[in-house]
Order: sequence, then structure tokens, then C-alpha cells
Amino acid sequence: MNRADDIFAALVEAHRELDEAESRRLDARLILLLANEVGDGDRVLALIREARADGAGSVQSTGTPGKGDGG
Amino acid sequence: MQEATGPSRVHPVYPFRKPADLDGRERHYPVCVVGAGPVGLAAAIDLRLRGADVLLVDEDDTVSAGSRLICLAKRTLEILARLGVGPELAAKGVVWNRGKVFHGEELVYAFDLLPEEGHRWPAFINIQQYYVEEYLVDRARSLGVDLRWKTRLVGTEDLGDGVRVRVSTPAGGYSFTCDWLLACDGVRSTVRDGMDLRFRGRSFPDRFLIADVRMKAAFPAERRFWFDPPFHAGRSALLHKQPDDIWRIDLQLGPDADPDEEARPERVLPRIRAMIGPDTPFDLEWVSVYTFRCRRLERFRHGRTFFLGDAAHQVSPFGARGGNGGIQDADNLAWKLAETIAGRAGAALLDSYEAERIPAADENILNSSRSTDFMTPVVGAAEAFRDAALSLSRRHAFARSFVNSGRLSTPALLAGSPLSTPDCADFEGPMRQGAAAADAPFGDGWWLDRLDGGFALLHFTGRDGQPPAGPGEAALHCAKPDGLLASRYDGRPGTTWLFRPDQHVAARWRSFDPALVGAAVDRARGRS
Repeated sequence: MNRADDIFAALVEAHRELDEAESRRLDARLILLLANEVGDGDRVLALIREARADGAGSVQSTGTPGKGDGG
Repeated sequence: MQEATGPSRVHPVYPFRKPADLDGRERHYPVCVVGAGPVGLAAAIDLRLRGADVLLVDEDDTVSAGSRLICLAKRTLEILARLGVGPELAAKGVVWNRGKVFHGEELVYAFDLLPEEGHRWPAFINIQQYYVEEYLVDRARSLGVDLRWKTRLVGTEDLGDGVRVRVSTPAGGYSFTCDWLLACDGVRSTVRDGMDLRFRGRSFPDRFLIADVRMKAAFPAERRFWFDPPFHAGRSALLHKQPDDIWRIDLQLGPDADPDEEARPERVLPRIRAMIGPDTPFDLEWVSVYTFRCRRLERFRHGRTFFLGDAAHQVSPFGARGGNGGIQDADNLAWKLAETIAGRAGAALLDSYEAERIPAADENILNSSRSTDFMTPVVGAAEAFRDAALSLSRRHAFARSFVNSGRLSTPALLAGSPLSTPDCADFEGPMRQGAAAADAPFGDGWWLDRLDGGFALLHFTGRDGQPPAGPGEAALHCAKPDGLLASRYDGRPGTTWLFRPDQHVAARWRSFDPALVGAAVDRARGRS
């Protein structure tokens, strides 16, 4: 990846002086912009799975958040 | 400034009449439909049009109180037109194809759900549910459906080869038996409760207010949706135009709202006032506060009892998938039951009701769950992505596709249906195997008007213009391989499409072969 150090520094810098909610929204905007640059929806979905798998070992692999009930 | 509550329209009352059954002798009926809402009425009419005798019982004696269903999607309009109430709906309903989504005061984007010409019906017609029910009751009566009002279902008993039904009426109770029972009695189905069957799925914590408001307003006939509007900060709002100067307003109230308190006029009126501005007089016609649920029964058939509409599945209203999904249930089951009663079907035909309609219900549940998740995000990542999609969509067209204010009802694609004959040739264009037939101008009318209840063939003729020989029992319609119909059906010379009685594609070929057509009809009847 070219300019890796520049990108890393810019990402950190972009979050400077933002509170947690603002930070989260910035990341969300950036992710949607990047997803659009990737273009291929299947590829984006694969990358989301990849990011999730690379995280904490205890997370579940599938399923949407939300509460089920038997109503 | 007028602000009052109460309906402006007197709904029809359908009088209870003492049936002969009260003499204590137990009678037998071929088909009993429970619930005279849009789904039960559509099923009863469809069955009656196909020659079945139908008994329809309802615990009430009038039509729906509020607008409820309101948005009739194109596919529903096509079905209801086949059932014979198209002219009434067209004359009364408010046609709309366009929608707008706002964030704050800004227009985020506008959409057109029917951007092409050459269809009899628009993307949507808005009309109060009570009008739909009134037209359907009149139609059912004229066809000889045995309608019994003030007749409440008390319980059912599975007899193996039939169902015993117990009902109560103002003149006492009675019981009867039937071959087939159709539970169309809504989200609080007494048939379902009596059989101890439970919904499975999700409940959403947010509460929503629905109001019918009568006012003279200049908003256009389009769907308007707001995220975080200035008149209802931090929440969402939806506005729909209806006939008779009635407007439907949906307001998100949040998870902490008290439903009884929020339904009181002194709470509702200021909310409406903030939305429509200080100068427009209005009357409040109907109010309901509810939570969203996306749930369904595990099975839609239990022996000789079938569940249709909200009795089988429940979705949140954004997307208009509840009523429109229910009407498609009726459309799917009626012909299969009629073919079975007439002795023309294999056992697999009735089984296919679940094979086709459970995936359709799941698609509706998936779409309406996602819309609700977008509108009512939990604090954290979901909220951040929602806000990101909204803020980006002002300057970036791509981000608009993430903005979910309801994915509006589209006809179910019966992909992989056991009744479909797999393609043995390639087809171009939008029509898929198992899709509901696309409309187009045909002769001096519309193509879908020709698909009026039986199996039908569409054959694109060759240079000689000759119809093929030996089409069998399916009604044969010939068309030239040019024009709008041909482009929508990839109609080259010889191309032949077979449609089921519910207008869905059963099979298609590049040439006409009577033996293949006969085999495909057999398959679509569950006989192979």
C-alpha cells in the first residue's frame, strides 16, 4: 500500500478533538465512501466479514443485532 | 381553527341475519373463510369466481375504522382488478408513483417507482381500507358468497378430513363442519390462538403514531418521508394523501412513549399542528399508536386450515408490505384450492402455498425489519451509519441507495417454485421464471386483463402469423413479435409463455410444443 504512513497519520489526525459520537460518524462516512470506491457489493460484504473475523475471538460470526421474542 | 375528532363518514352496517344453522343441525360447507378484511374478502371472491361455494364469517358488522392498509401496490391493484373491483378503486383512489425523502428541511432525494409507460395500473393507489372492504363486500355479495356478520369464531377442531367450526352470534351459537378453513382474521387471529400457534420474530421498541387527518392541503400526491424534520425533531415522519381530503400521517414517538397517553387528542393535535403549520384547519379522524413487529407463523398450513395475511405474518408498515403481502397470499391460495376442490390437482399443489408464500413473507419481513432498523437505530454504530448515509446523500448520489425510508412492496418472485418448469433456453429482459406477469398494451386493452383466471398461453407468431395447433386447455393468446409486449417478454417468433391462474409465469419456451405445454400444466397443478 503506497503512502501507508500518510494514511495512518491522516486517519488519526481526522479524529483529533472529536468526541466519541463524532468520531463514529466520521468513520461511518469514510466507510460508506470507501465502500462506494470498492464498488462491488460482494467484495464489500466479504471485507466486512474479514474485519469482523479479525476482531475479538469471542464475537459471533453471523446474525443481525436486535432482540428476538416469541410474542 | 377547527380541531375536532371523530369520523366524517358513516360506514355501512351489514345486518346480522339468523342463519338456518341455529336449528341445531350441524351443516357442512366446502370452504369457510374467517375474517372479512381485505384478505378474507379477496380469497372468498377469488374462490367464488372459480366456482367454489364459500362461507365467510366476521365478528363485526361493518368495515375498518381507519385508513390502515392505505397503499395498494401495483400487483394488488392487478389482483383486485381481476376480482372485479378495479373501476371502483381507479375512480376513488389517489394515484401516486413518486416519493420524496427529506433530512431536516432538505430534500435528500426523489424517486419514481414506475418510470415506464404501458401499464394499466400505477405503482400505488392510496385509498382507505374501509373503501376497499366496502367494494369487496359488494362484489362478494353479488357473486353469492354466504356472508355472515356478527359471527365470532369460538373454536376449531381438526377432523382430519375437515374442520369443525364453532361460532357465536347475537342469536346464539352453532357449529358446522367444512372441508377447508381459511384463517384471514388478522394479527390477533382467534383461529391461530385457538390452535395455540405462536408467532416468531422481532418486536421493535419504538412506538409510532398513525393519524388520519382531514384538511384542505396543497401537498402533491406523493409519498413524503422526513428524517429528523424541524416539526418533529430527532424522529421520523411520513405523509400520504388519501381520497376525501384525508391525509395519513405517521410519526415516530420513540421507545419511551406511553401508548394510551399518546393517542389522546390533546397529545396528538399539537404534533399535527407542528407538522402542517399554524394556518391550515384540520380535523382528526382516526388515531392509533402501535409498536412494530416483524413475525410469522412457522407454518402457514395446519392440516386443512390455512393462514393468510396478518393471521400468518406481521410486518412493520413502512414499505406497505402487510396488506399487499396478504392479498398476494389470497391470490396464491385461491386457485390452488379451487383446482383441488374440482379434482384437477395433485397433493403437491396445496403444499406449494407454503413453498411459495413463506419465502415471500420472509422477504417482506426482511425488508421491513431493515427499514425499521434504519429509522430507529440503536445508539452507537447503527445510528452513526444512518447519520452518515443521510449526510453523505446530499452531495453523493451513491449514498442515497443506503437511505431506507421503506422498501416498497413489489410482487413476490416465486423463484424455485415446485410448480415451475425450469427454463431450457436463455431469455433476455426483466421477466423471470415465477414472476407475476408484466402488463403491456394488448389489442384495444391490457395484457393482464386477458389473464382472467385460467391457465393461459402467450405465443409470439412467426412470419406466417399462424397460431400453433393443439394448445390444449390453456387459453391461447397470439401476439406479433414486435411492440411493447414482445420487448417485455423477449418475444421472438415462436416464443411461448405459460401463465398460471394467478398470472405468475409457469414455463416458457422458444417454440411451441403441445406435449411440453401439457406437462408444464400438469406440473403447475402439482401432478408430477
